[in-house]
Amino acid sequence: MSEKLNTPGYDVPPEMQDVVAITTLDKIYNWGRRYSAWPMMFGLACCAIEMICTAAARFDFSRFGMEIMRPSPRQADVMLVSGTVTKKMVPQIVRLYNQMPEPKYVVAMGACASGGGPFKEGYNVVSGVDKFLPVDVYIPGCPPTPQALLHGLMKLQEMMDTQSIKNVRWYQKEPLDAIPIPILGPDLLDPRDFPQFAEKMAASATENKEA
Amino acid sequence: MTEQTKTMHKDIEARFAGIIALDDRSGYEGYRVEAEKLVEFATALRDEFGYDFLSSVTGVDYLPDEKMEVVYHIYKSTGGHALVFKVQVPRANPVVPSLVSIFPGADFQEREAWDLFGIRFEGHPNHKRILMWEGFSGHPMRKDWKEAYYEADAKPFDARWPGGDVSRSEDKMVFNKNVAYPQDFTPENWTPEGETALYSGMQNIATDEDLQTEHVVVNLGPQHPSTHGVFRMVATLDGETIVKLEPVMGYLHRNHEKIGERNTYLMNIPFTDRLDYLSSMSNNFGYVLAVEKLLGDTTHIPDRAKYIRVIMAEFTRISNHLMAIGALLNDLGAYFTPMLYALKERELILDIFEAVSGSRMMCNYYRFGGVARDLPPGTHEMMRGLAFERLPRQIDELDRYLTENEIIRARCEGVGVLTPEEAIAYSAVGPVLRASGVPYDVRRADPYSVYDRFDFDVAVRYHGDVYDRYLVRLDEIRQSIRILQQALNGIPECDNCLGKPRYSMRVPAGEAYGRVEGPKGELGFYVVADGGPNPWRYHVRAPSFINLTALSKMCEGDKIADAIIVLGSIDIVLGETDR
Repeated sequence: MSEKLNTPGYDVPPEMQDVVAITTLDKIYNWGRRYSAWPMMFGLACCAIEMICTAAARFDFSRFGMEIMRPSPRQADVMLVSGTVTKKMVPQIVRLYNQMPEPKYVVAMGACASGGGPFKEGYNVVSGVDKFLPVDVYIPGCPPTPQALLHGLMKLQEMMDTQSIKNVRWYQKEPLDAIPIPILGPDLLDPRDFPQFAEKMAASATENKEA
Repeated sequence: MTEQTKTMHKDIEARFAGIIALDDRSGYEGYRVEAEKLVEFATALRDEFGYDFLSSVTGVDYLPDEKMEVVYHIYKSTGGHALVFKVQVPRANPVVPSLVSIFPGADFQEREAWDLFGIRFEGHPNHKRILMWEGFSGHPMRKDWKEAYYEADAKPFDARWPGGDVSRSEDKMVFNKNVAYPQDFTPENWTPEGETALYSGMQNIATDEDLQTEHVVVNLGPQHPSTHGVFRMVATLDGETIVKLEPVMGYLHRNHEKIGERNTYLMNIPFTDRLDYLSSMSNNFGYVLAVEKLLGDTTHIPDRAKYIRVIMAEFTRISNHLMAIGALLNDLGAYFTPMLYALKERELILDIFEAVSGSRMMCNYYRFGGVARDLPPGTHEMMRGLAFERLPRQIDELDRYLTENEIIRARCEGVGVLTPEEAIAYSAVGPVLRASGVPYDVRRADPYSVYDRFDFDVAVRYHGDVYDRYLVRLDEIRQSIRILQQALNGIPECDNCLGKPRYSMRVPAGEAYGRVEGPKGELGFYVVADGGPNPWRYHVRAPSFINLTALSKMCEGDKIADAIIVLGSIDIVLGETDR
């Protein structure tokens, strides 16, 4: 690991080699982050059981620096959306995401969190958590095996390696806006839809007439 | 039907002449009761005939007849077959008297029928929605209620097969989401109902006038490390003592029943896996039993298939109880170490499931008339190794580490007590009922499959507290191992004698209620067939859901910290609670 970290991209004089460590800020920063990505202890459905199995002795994701699962979003880095996202639950999920400090990542575990899965057509099911949150890694499966989850988490670590503090969205000058929390009305309401709400309702009315 | 039940039915008919009528639709059983006489009928049934265990209450929407029907399945807590009775009311104004005052176990089920069908239960003490939120438009299980992604009434959809339309449903939506609003709805003219209805009942509980204390309302969940998923409890506290506790659910309501009524009969098997996702094999078992009852061909199942079914169901019970014990210890504060011991054994059982079905958790293994495929080579030895060698030893180890532990005893004994009378009244099932001293086990009370061939005891304990529920689970694991040992010794060995499982078949019109003793208790499937390719009504009597009715009762008077372990001792799985 130190070898990989210790290659700043330009020549180090021979007398300095193995004496001082020279690296870039990005590399040391990403290295620290990738091995301490604490998932939020937060299970939605069936996938949560496979997540628990992955945390247990046989698969053990603490080997990847993820041993500490935090029930509080304030202390978590990765939100593993492990299961079906329902309309009744999505306000809480968005609120939890907003409460997580940056840098934060979202992993959509399983078919339901990725796109609705087998329950997609249901009246209380959101077609994937990416309708509301920015997802970094999607893991297919119903539920994904622990091996698949580990693979997804390793992909997340690879993604972290490529990031730079110069351009990640949470280190820009402007503060990041929180994601508006959906509201439970006659059906699920997304505040982001409100500006064009009347137009869209009119469009759906004409569509229904044609059909 | 035995002679005894026949005379019993005659007595009932004589006693209630004029009030009840035999349900004479072809394929249906039981009685129709006049709505006005329902309470009188149910009371007499309980007090005079001994039918004291109201197992299942559900609505059915008979759209072509313009009728709403409420179906009740009632049992005797001493065992035997169900008595089914129904109430029909006009669909335009469905009002049925509530049975909560006689059978408190009907509470959540009636609320569910109100929520999903819009059947009003007169006299219900807490008449509000349960799975959806207050303010949701419509009652979604009604046959004429269409969701946003509605395509057709029955699968396979023409667009998908054989045509192969690969578009995504949300792309066809104006809002690009799974939503549909009433035509006149605008966000500006709308005030959210919020949760005022939920909290209003909580604040106005009489306080001690001399002390001038105030009650505090504490909200646990839906995101809480102890609530086993997305369950929520709202507790009113006097100091640390719980005065009132209300479970709030529906955060994982994924419309199992609505989707199930679109699916063909076969398509529902993998969906049942996802009900109680810790014990998919048992769920399969209950569903195939219900449909086989409709098909009327239970006798054609080869013996080997029956044995395989029992073996898988018992392994499921062991793995579920291991997980339940691990989770209970988590809730007690012994974080994750006992769980690791439990999961170690569970993984070995999952290996067997993976070998036979191809999947660790979602096995999708049972079929109508048998199982999907025979045991692959080597599995039998794996199972023998577990059932005869490893599991008995490991269970003894768990027992040695946990049972006599001082902290566990201090925290669990005398907490969350449910008396036998209360347990029956609240329709509690499974380990919760048996820990209260009621030796009721469907495997013994109303045997199905080949359970009558095995020698096993019904685990029962008598204190009705958290500790006894833990002990009952340990006992049940031991009994399951006994059944497994007999089944593995007795399983018929033969090649290709599994028969031919049926994939696409014609299900005659009628109704059936199939029930099994799942790890969490009586798991029932109520299926109404209209002769078409998909069920007209598909209802799951979920033990996790109905056991929660008694949660409030068990927690009252205990400390708030105990509410967590009482919930842990019921052992719920949200996939089944919310469906």
